[in-house]
Amino acid sequence: MTRTNIALLVLIACVAALPLFGDAYAMRLGTMACMYAIFALSWNIVGGFAGYPSFATAAFFGLGAYTTGILMNKGVPLSVSLLGALVLCLVLAAALGAVLLRLRGHYFAIASLSLVEVFRELVNNATDLTGGGMGLNIPLVSGSSVLSDATFFFYAMWGLLLLTALVVIAVSASKLGFGLNCIRQNETASNMVGLNSTLHKAVAFGLSACFVGAAGGLYAAWVHYIDPSDVFDILYSVKPIVMALMGGLGSPLGVVCGAFVYLGLEEVVWRNYIQIHSGVLGVLIILLLLFLPHGLISLHASKIWRGLFGRKAKHV
Amino acid sequence: MLAIQVLINALVLGCLYACIAIGFSLVWGVLNVINLIHGSFIVLGAYLAWGAYNALGLSPWYSLLIAAPSFFVFGYLLQRLLLNRVITAPVLVTLTLTFGLDLILNNAMIYYFKADYRKLILNPPTGSVSIFDVVVPVDRLIATASALALTFLLYLLLRRSKVGRAIVAVRLDRDAAVLMGVNVKSIYAVAFGLGAALAGCAGVLMALIFPISPLTSSAYLGKAFVVCVLGGLGSVSGALAGGLLLALVEGVGSVYLGPAHAVTLSFVLLIIFLVVRPQGLLGRKGFE
Amino acid sequence: MSELRHEILHLSNVSRHFSGLKALSDVSLSVNKGEVVGLIGPNGAGKTTLVNTICGVTPASSGVVTFDGRDITRIKTYQSARLGLSRTFQIVQPFAEYSALDNVAAAALFSQPGESLKSAREAARAHLAFVGLDAQADQSAATLTLAMRKRLELAKALAMKPKLLFLDEVNAGLNSAEVERATKLIHQLAADGITIVMIEHLMKVVLNVCTRIAVLHNGRLIADGAPRDIIRDPAVVDAYLGQQYAQRNAARG
Repeated sequence: MTRTNIALLVLIACVAALPLFGDAYAMRLGTMACMYAIFALSWNIVGGFAGYPSFATAAFFGLGAYTTGILMNKGVPLSVSLLGALVLCLVLAAALGAVLLRLRGHYFAIASLSLVEVFRELVNNATDLTGGGMGLNIPLVSGSSVLSDATFFFYAMWGLLLLTALVVIAVSASKLGFGLNCIRQNETASNMVGLNSTLHKAVAFGLSACFVGAAGGLYAAWVHYIDPSDVFDILYSVKPIVMALMGGLGSPLGVVCGAFVYLGLEEVVWRNYIQIHSGVLGVLIILLLLFLPHGLISLHASKIWRGLFGRKAKHV
Repeated sequence: MLAIQVLINALVLGCLYACIAIGFSLVWGVLNVINLIHGSFIVLGAYLAWGAYNALGLSPWYSLLIAAPSFFVFGYLLQRLLLNRVITAPVLVTLTLTFGLDLILNNAMIYYFKADYRKLILNPPTGSVSIFDVVVPVDRLIATASALALTFLLYLLLRRSKVGRAIVAVRLDRDAAVLMGVNVKSIYAVAFGLGAALAGCAGVLMALIFPISPLTSSAYLGKAFVVCVLGGLGSVSGALAGGLLLALVEGVGSVYLGPAHAVTLSFVLLIIFLVVRPQGLLGRKGFE
Repeated sequence: MSELRHEILHLSNVSRHFSGLKALSDVSLSVNKGEVVGLIGPNGAGKTTLVNTICGVTPASSGVVTFDGRDITRIKTYQSARLGLSRTFQIVQPFAEYSALDNVAAAALFSQPGESLKSAREAARAHLAFVGLDAQADQSAATLTLAMRKRLELAKALAMKPKLLFLDEVNAGLNSAEVERATKLIHQLAADGITIVMIEHLMKVVLNVCTRIAVLHNGRLIADGAPRDIIRDPAVVDAYLGQQYAQRNAARG
């Protein structure tokens, strides 16, 4: 295992210690941090390794949330519901990926963005199953006290983050990860050396969706109520990209750091500028893109970073 | 009877859709930028018409005359000062940047105008006429005719004017255009300004028909996506074809599947077109 | 019958259109095991298109391509690579961020089923040494000179254990010392029994290396035969070599 991947696991392990110090508010933040890190790690499989600019995160977050919500309303236990959401997102995304990832650049970006719209509208219209625009209530899971509830969901989300990180690390060291990096660098040459790029991209898209879907399921169970405009919010698609750009595209450790930093900024903005928080977020995004295109890390050790493990995405 | 009604509605709506999409298409085609702020531009244009009418008593026709130059300048500056810095970056960066801009503009509109839906109500009302026994409100007809006129105006501009020819040249082959002495930077800014002006004017026209709220911006943006992909990128005729097709599909879809599914249908169509015929109905291959 | 058994590649009446433009029309060609076939013709004759059509990059509009007794007309590019068809590109196609070693390892890894990353890297070292790039193994492909990148292409193609190797202008842009070096490598490959089809503009190299020459002109195969016959063929002289070349050649005897 490379040094940066060990650092990533150490970082995640440190996060697990949060309940020792934190109150309910800290636990909420910690849960969000884990969720964002899952987004960023997942997005990085397609966006960072394979170099395809996916805006589909929100689609699978929402799909996972609704799958879990619907199953739990039918009396299925949380764990099984989450597994259902994970498998559904994996299979559906892999199937969609085989088709959509034939598109490149702007066309793929638009297609993945449209996926969010399609899913949202489908959920909106399937009123019998989803409650449509009225939203969906989800039964409580533990519910003994606020703090134990918060602790439960924190550890659940943390566990999912750990799983995601382990899978991403395994992918990056595997033939699959090697192939995805080939695809990003030169897809023509990849095909020419016998790499089945369609299969690679489909698997990558599936993997990048399944943990996001499970995170969506946990989120649904955590907040007890979801509606289409909440869980299919395009912001969920854009945030992981901002995190990855912040931390440095392609590196799992980088994108997780990006996720944590982003959450910190978002929280500060939320607390201080509630009415104009999305506008301030916009300003942050623009400043980041204009002045720090290679991530926060480029502030100081840009060369070392790139030499060690950073990669710039080429012609995404 | 039903068929005629669907057809006439599609025709009316299709021209409006084309007008919504045409600025977006121009920017995508020329600058190779997916401009996510387009929807908010349209809403801002609608507010302009609404405000001018209610506060100053200016008819929307005057608003068009105000919107076109002011949005042009706004867009021109935005491109020159911000977008131009990342114009060569991958789609990920340009798209995210315009998303950030959209967040700011949309938030600003929610802050100043609140999220409530407003309506521009002309006084006296224009009434409605009946075409082939189909009742069509006159304001809708006027908006449609104006949308067509705007679209045609852009066509003329691209066809006849020097700057228009330069824009087309940059779209077809940027490097060759540079060699011919075209100042690409300034053409980019002009094209983005034009895109903004068209969005602003489209917004003024939309104000005549649809309720106004910052929340509607994503719906406009969605229409622009679909129209562009269906019709083909960066051409006036493509936007018209795409607009008409989208309106027709939505019309027929609402009749057979119910209005709730019309939007889903249009996006499914978009994805199918992307995969099967990414150059659109009228687009030429290879201008990615 | 015995002749047929040695045939490794067969094209019958292969055509390829690009929206109205006929890039290849009715090309029939056969390549036997162990041959080194030179594919020559003026720019735009369809040489690279022919290779692309065989490898599945731009499948034939009509006609049949068989490789090793198997119909590969509609095959996908990656499948053709796994069957033992490999190629170098006229415009080199490296994985720019990867080291030279990983470039070659990728070729070994994905073309052979069951290869592991570790074994692929080991194999890659040997191929890099063969083309004389062992010293640059850990350098990223983007930092290599053009001549080195051309040799890297060759190493990648070899790592795929080709039964048939297409060389698309491996010498274009190289100086004479580098050309000599590349020519030596090709000789060595031919001696190892690899069947080669090479697109080449340098007639010196073609005549030096090839056992047979096929000539494309405007998408048609206008000649196919032994090198000494081809350079005297009036159609070929007209279309490609030019009168001067023919006279100079005749004068030399």
